[in-house]
Amino acid sequence: MKADRPEALPICGGTDVLVELNFDRQRPAALLDVSRLDELRGIERDDGRITLGAGVSYTRIMRELPDQIALVQASRTVGSPQIRNRGTVGGNLGTASPAGDALPVLAAYDAEVLIVGARGRRSLPWHEFHLGVKRTALEPDELILATRWTSPRGPGSFSKIGTRNAMVISMAGLCLQLDEDGREIRVALGSVAPTVIRAPEAEVFAGEAIARVGAWDDAAAALETEDLDGFADRVAAASRPIDDVRGTAAYRRHACRVLARRALTWALADRREAA
Amino acid sequence: MLVRVNVNGAWHESDVWGGSSLLYLLREHLSLPGSKNACEQGECGSCSVWFDGDLVCSCLVLAAQSNGREVRTVEGLSDTDGPPHPVQRAFVDAGAVQCGFCTPGLIVAVVDLLDRVPDPDEATIREALSGNLCRCTGYAKIVDAVRLAAGGDR
Amino acid sequence: MSSRPDLLERTRGGVGESILRIDGVPKTQGRFAYGSDLWAEGMLWGDTLRSTHPHALIRGIKIAEAVASPGVHAVLLADDVPGRRTCGLEFSDTPVLAWDRVRYVGEPVAIVAAETPELARRAAGRIQVDYEPLDAVLDMEAALAGDAPRIHDHGNVLRHVKVVHGDPDAGAEVWVEGYWETGMQDQAPLGPEAGLAIPGDDGGVDLYVSTQWLHVDRQQIAPCLGLDEDRVRITLAGVGGAFGAREDVHMQIHACMLALHTGRPVKMSYGREESFFGHVHRHPARMWIRTGATRDGLLVVWRERLVVDGGAYASSSSAVIGNASTFATGPYRVPNVLVEGTAVYTNNPPCGAMRGFGAVQACFAHEGQMDRLAAALEMDPVEVRLRNVLELGDAMPTGQVLRGSAPTRRILERIGALPAPDDPAPVHRDSVLRPGGANNVTRGEGLVRGVGVAFGFKNIGFSEGFDDSSEARIRLERGPTGPVAEVHTAACEVGQGLTTIVTQIARTELGVDEVVIAPIDTSIGSAGSTSASRQTYMTGGAVQLACRTVAEEVFRRATAAGMSLGDSPELAAGWIVVDGAPVIELAELLGEPVDETRVHHHRPTTPLGPDGQGEPHVQLAFGAERAVVEVDEELGLVRVVQIDAVQDVGKALNPRSIEGQIEGGTAQGLGLALMEELQIDEGRIRNPSFTDYLIPTILDMPTVTSELIEEPDPDSPYGVKGVGELPTLVSTPAIAAALRDATGRALNRVPVRPDDLVGLAGPVPAGDPPPSPDVPGPMAIPHYAKGGDDPG
Repeated sequence: MKADRPEALPICGGTDVLVELNFDRQRPAALLDVSRLDELRGIERDDGRITLGAGVSYTRIMRELPDQIALVQASRTVGSPQIRNRGTVGGNLGTASPAGDALPVLAAYDAEVLIVGARGRRSLPWHEFHLGVKRTALEPDELILATRWTSPRGPGSFSKIGTRNAMVISMAGLCLQLDEDGREIRVALGSVAPTVIRAPEAEVFAGEAIARVGAWDDAAAALETEDLDGFADRVAAASRPIDDVRGTAAYRRHACRVLARRALTWALADRREAA
Repeated sequence: MLVRVNVNGAWHESDVWGGSSLLYLLREHLSLPGSKNACEQGECGSCSVWFDGDLVCSCLVLAAQSNGREVRTVEGLSDTDGPPHPVQRAFVDAGAVQCGFCTPGLIVAVVDLLDRVPDPDEATIREALSGNLCRCTGYAKIVDAVRLAAGGDR
Repeated sequence: MSSRPDLLERTRGGVGESILRIDGVPKTQGRFAYGSDLWAEGMLWGDTLRSTHPHALIRGIKIAEAVASPGVHAVLLADDVPGRRTCGLEFSDTPVLAWDRVRYVGEPVAIVAAETPELARRAAGRIQVDYEPLDAVLDMEAALAGDAPRIHDHGNVLRHVKVVHGDPDAGAEVWVEGYWETGMQDQAPLGPEAGLAIPGDDGGVDLYVSTQWLHVDRQQIAPCLGLDEDRVRITLAGVGGAFGAREDVHMQIHACMLALHTGRPVKMSYGREESFFGHVHRHPARMWIRTGATRDGLLVVWRERLVVDGGAYASSSSAVIGNASTFATGPYRVPNVLVEGTAVYTNNPPCGAMRGFGAVQACFAHEGQMDRLAAALEMDPVEVRLRNVLELGDAMPTGQVLRGSAPTRRILERIGALPAPDDPAPVHRDSVLRPGGANNVTRGEGLVRGVGVAFGFKNIGFSEGFDDSSEARIRLERGPTGPVAEVHTAACEVGQGLTTIVTQIARTELGVDEVVIAPIDTSIGSAGSTSASRQTYMTGGAVQLACRTVAEEVFRRATAAGMSLGDSPELAAGWIVVDGAPVIELAELLGEPVDETRVHHHRPTTPLGPDGQGEPHVQLAFGAERAVVEVDEELGLVRVVQIDAVQDVGKALNPRSIEGQIEGGTAQGLGLALMEELQIDEGRIRNPSFTDYLIPTILDMPTVTSELIEEPDPDSPYGVKGVGELPTLVSTPAIAAALRDATGRALNRVPVRPDDLVGLAGPVPAGDPPPSPDVPGPMAIPHYAKGGDDPG
């Protein structure tokens, strides 16, 4: 159907598309309502691999994927209860705003995006799906089907910064995920670059620091302050924020540093407690 | 385009422009102006309704998406000549209404909350209502109203 | 005017009780009709085309394509304005539709009427305006430069006020300098600008509109339509909040023009984005202060230069700068004062009335300044204020002496005596009740608390010689179940609870249980504006006066019927009561209804003289707040934990209503302190939406406690004092002071940003204040300009 009307704009929860319509910013020639497609509304777990349908609401994510802690935390920060009942990860992906709350989590989960089109199905790693601000690799005949990742074993968290305590677009967002099996730390940043980005130097630094103190094997082993600071500095250095109506580049970079240090501290503390 | 939707228990058919929101359908086609149009971008909750049982901003639902669906609005909570719903009564009794523009959306959100959590604590109340803006009251008596309604429900 | 204690005790639902709102139930049911809910058979929808340039000539406008658009019934330009082509609150300087020039982004240029809102929008989008951009004045200080482009023929100064008292060059032992800034706040009422205009059979028009003052609207609408005022009939539609945004006309003249032109009812209802362009905002202000005191903390000298940005048109800026200048030194005794306040025109969006009206900006500055003085003297902030507080019989720098009631010392003592708030550790609180709310930014690390206090005062009623009277009509007649009193005024209920208050007054004065409120419209005389915290005082007073006239007539009828009423008969519970005993039922005397209309005037005030001397304000009310904040020191995020208010209310006619005003006013002050600012770039509003113009949510507001101090004003009805604006004044500086206490940062601007709290940005540097302009006198310049009205 999408192939027949390539100019049609897909709509699911409507929490982004309707704003464009109500504010007279877009007048698409047609709208394609995908909100009732059962194929988009499933959640599958298959031996550690999770497939999250593009049309699953944030409220359902919080209820049905409680062990995906970072994703649940991110879902909880989205908009408002009304928005969470309609908004979807598929919407975050399709709108492709760097401030999309679920996107840093997908990046930290190393998720892939499943796509369906007239020519069949394909999948893209998250970083190949998002090309720039509001730009994706979707072809005109394609729809987002789902995202898929391997459920990480280990603690993780999502945090976002806004100048109001609720219902706020992220000024800076950070997801940190510890992967016991892969013995790595993954950290992703939102709202501080044209797309969501990872901080590879920081990740390597943290992984090595954890290895050096033996914390991969012994959860009680603590990192030094210099290690935490070094990690935080490298995360901040990976960010490429701009000044805009929501905040300054300098503050965003600073916030990334603070959130990174805290998130790593929490992850290690949670590990210690679980052990 | 023709849209057939069940609103407050009755089916209605309307011919709407394809880009209309459910909010516009309710207010301008079905003469149900109880849901309000304070921002039309999902940032204030004044348009809150139930869509197939879920609390949503009706300004963010395409009218066409409501075809064949069930919608409940604030008007469905009490009859025109009947007594107000207990949550509505609590809002009045607690002094939680000033200009009232946010009130219908809040009533719907509070009924939704108390259906799910009959005795919410303050943090739960505030998080559940964090999608409803009020410019007049400072929210203090709104929190009082929720507690009053929760107490009365027993 | 005295109150009657016996009647107050005997009448149910009267003055002094926290009775429930009379419009509460329909509002909760969604059955209360606001301007945006109105509908009429055959109704068309109006839309407005607005300027996209801050300053430009209009070379031409092409409407042919718009006229030919589907569903269009009218496309109107300035030439289609039937009468006077300008309007305005204080000066008629604002084009109904721009003809040769636009002066701000958002200025209306054309209007369209069509079958649906979408068709109207599409048609408006097809109007082609040929703009020739001009150099724009985008900064309030740049407006004062000699070579700045002139926005109006009479220059860029709207008004310059000078207040001189004592010897401004006196010396002092201790000097404190301060520079303070406030950003452009928006009223952001939830109800959009909306109304419905229906053409009348007599060539006139019936307008239903959400507004603040029916008669000032009519005064502007009628001449623009080329109609006598009696052919413009206005009825108040439900109002979704106002806070000053509806004091200037918005869609009224436009809708009436389209209705008269098409012969059809026309509805206009702005969306949220258009709303930001469609009303005035709070003046951004810059204040340079130099305060001298003795080593014991007694104020000796206060020198201040302040500038406010009025934007493109005058609106009510003249009165705002009058307020800001007369309140600049705060509720304190200062023997030697020089305050110079200037309101300028720029090509920024026009500013005008917003809750607080110039006193908000002044209060932020004078309270910050007093805290600086306290710090310099190592004195407690409340103590420094107590040493200087104005009391009854003291004079303000204008020479106005405090009279009537002024429980200033008591308020400060009460605020100082508040117990320290609870401080449960963050781990014992739900995470959403930490700074950052549900955004998961802290588990308790980095959190520090701070406490701050602020004290302020506000005029109640219009100032500087304005006679803002109010008229009320009371009709008392027999109803099916007993006597019924109908109250008719033009006083706009905007959510504050006025219709409930007048119901209570009628009950108390007439001893009648059943009171109905007649439609609020222009078939009766003006009630004055719903602003300046004045309606309970002025319209309440008019209702009281009219009720007492009705009572006198009732007593006359009883006497004429042979009853003996003694010296002081009263009305209670539907009876005339003499010496405590009921003597005759009211209903027996109401074979003919009693119908009385009275006008309530407040005592006269004076304009400001050349040195700002005079008695400009009717009544002064005082209030203080203490704010407790929690700050995430590393992230600069804030949660206000608790606010305690102590306010001078004179007499609480409805205590719970007053609490509602304090809680809501505090929320707006919290917004200015922490998050609300319209960001203007090259004259354009960058954040005209609720996504990026942030107002406080329920997770941003704390518990608010209110202590109401009742020291009745002997001059006002029941001793009341207006209440609505004071909490908005004092909450902002209280929160700012608490943030300074928590972080040690010298915050001199609101809204405070995270950058400021973490030290990434320092205080805004002062620079030199601009020189004072040369002006012919203390009034607004258009008074002195030739002709006054139509700008070139």
